[in-house]
Amino acid sequence: MVKLLSARGAGVIAALELRGIGVSRGGRRLFSDLSLSLAAGQACALTGANGAGKTSLLRAIAGLVALEAGEVAFGGIDVGEARAGGLHLLGHLDGLKPARTAREELGFWSLWQGGSPALAESAVAGLELGPLMDLEIRRLSAGQRRRLALARLLAAPRPLWLLDEPLSPLDVGWRARFGAMMQAHLDGGGMILAAVHDPMPIAAVSLEITG
Amino acid sequence: MSRLSTLLGRETALAWGRGGGALVAVGFYAGVATLLPLAIGPEAQRLASVATGAAWVALALASLLSLERLFERDYEDGALDLLSLSPLPLELTCGAKCLGQWVATGAPLALAAPVAAIGLGASPALAPLIFACALIGGLAFSFVGGIGAALSLGARRGGLLTAVIVLPLFVPPVIFGGGALDALAGGLPWQGGFALLGAYAAAAVALGPLAMAAACRNALS
Repeated sequence: MVKLLSARGAGVIAALELRGIGVSRGGRRLFSDLSLSLAAGQACALTGANGAGKTSLLRAIAGLVALEAGEVAFGGIDVGEARAGGLHLLGHLDGLKPARTAREELGFWSLWQGGSPALAESAVAGLELGPLMDLEIRRLSAGQRRRLALARLLAAPRPLWLLDEPLSPLDVGWRARFGAMMQAHLDGGGMILAAVHDPMPIAAVSLEITG
Repeated sequence: MSRLSTLLGRETALAWGRGGGALVAVGFYAGVATLLPLAIGPEAQRLASVATGAAWVALALASLLSLERLFERDYEDGALDLLSLSPLPLELTCGAKCLGQWVATGAPLALAAPVAAIGLGASPALAPLIFACALIGGLAFSFVGGIGAALSLGARRGGLLTAVIVLPLFVPPVIFGGGALDALAGGLPWQGGFALLGAYAAAAVALGPLAMAAACRNALS
């Protein structure tokens, strides 16, 4: 808690509350009346069949997809402010440019998301990206690319992590190590909402989306 | 502020590298400027009378060429999601992208414009005004073109759609700039057309980002 408070100052998200939300995509009702309450230090594993709306839920919380019903609250913080500086969204698409080097991309996103060069350095160390930093993104394997995308979570401190199948391209060793990173984030007062098909490597409440 | 300058640096670098960036735009420009005399005929007299106008229209087309992927790539690879989740308003982000585009391709094109016009037979005395018109017109082309690029997000053959949306909006700057150049070549006062071109560019810079941000939000949702 102390770490995040000192890093972000005022306006830290201390809770995530979904109250009876519903989302439709392309005229099809994905889910309705979905509620969840997450406090600082808690994680939630979001499960559901393919196409159930896990990604849409994450995007709706981030404000990218409109809600059809219900509301999202971030524990007393203004919703716009919370979305602007309080959450990380990690989707299937990682936003990394193939022609740029890992160092350029991580450096840019770290600054863009409110981090600092020192934090970016520690993220590189934490995810053992050192030898890859001068390579173009197109030269990285899927797992290496995912590690670079995960490094963004550490390179800029934001309390709420919205993760869309974060573990899928990682090998067994890195799944365990990313589990430890998620645990450290929770211990620091963060929150995680992750769409997963496999069990989460950390303790988490579960929320299943059914149509 | 540092966020904005970081973004501007990234966008300029991306625009510079995007499909060959400046080099391709200038090459395309040179190609069109070379084709014209082949179609119109080699008589110096006739060429000289259309030189500035031809150079000016070719410039508008060359600006269009590099606009195609302005938002599309960020949209396809998910970067637009992350760019929109920021304390910086999406309007400013869109403006920075267009400005980066202008620095990376508009400025090199503006340098090439007097060369092309003089090569077609325009008087060298026109060169400073051609450069100034191309620089300011390029700003308008970038910001107006950005609207088309944002509106065509998610469409198949988005580049073609961008051109169809944007070309009518290129009409006023083409008329104003061409008018100013024609006036100077004819020994008439050129300030009016030049001022109108500047006004159009200013309006594009001020209003374009609002439309781009709205189009981006719509594409993301």
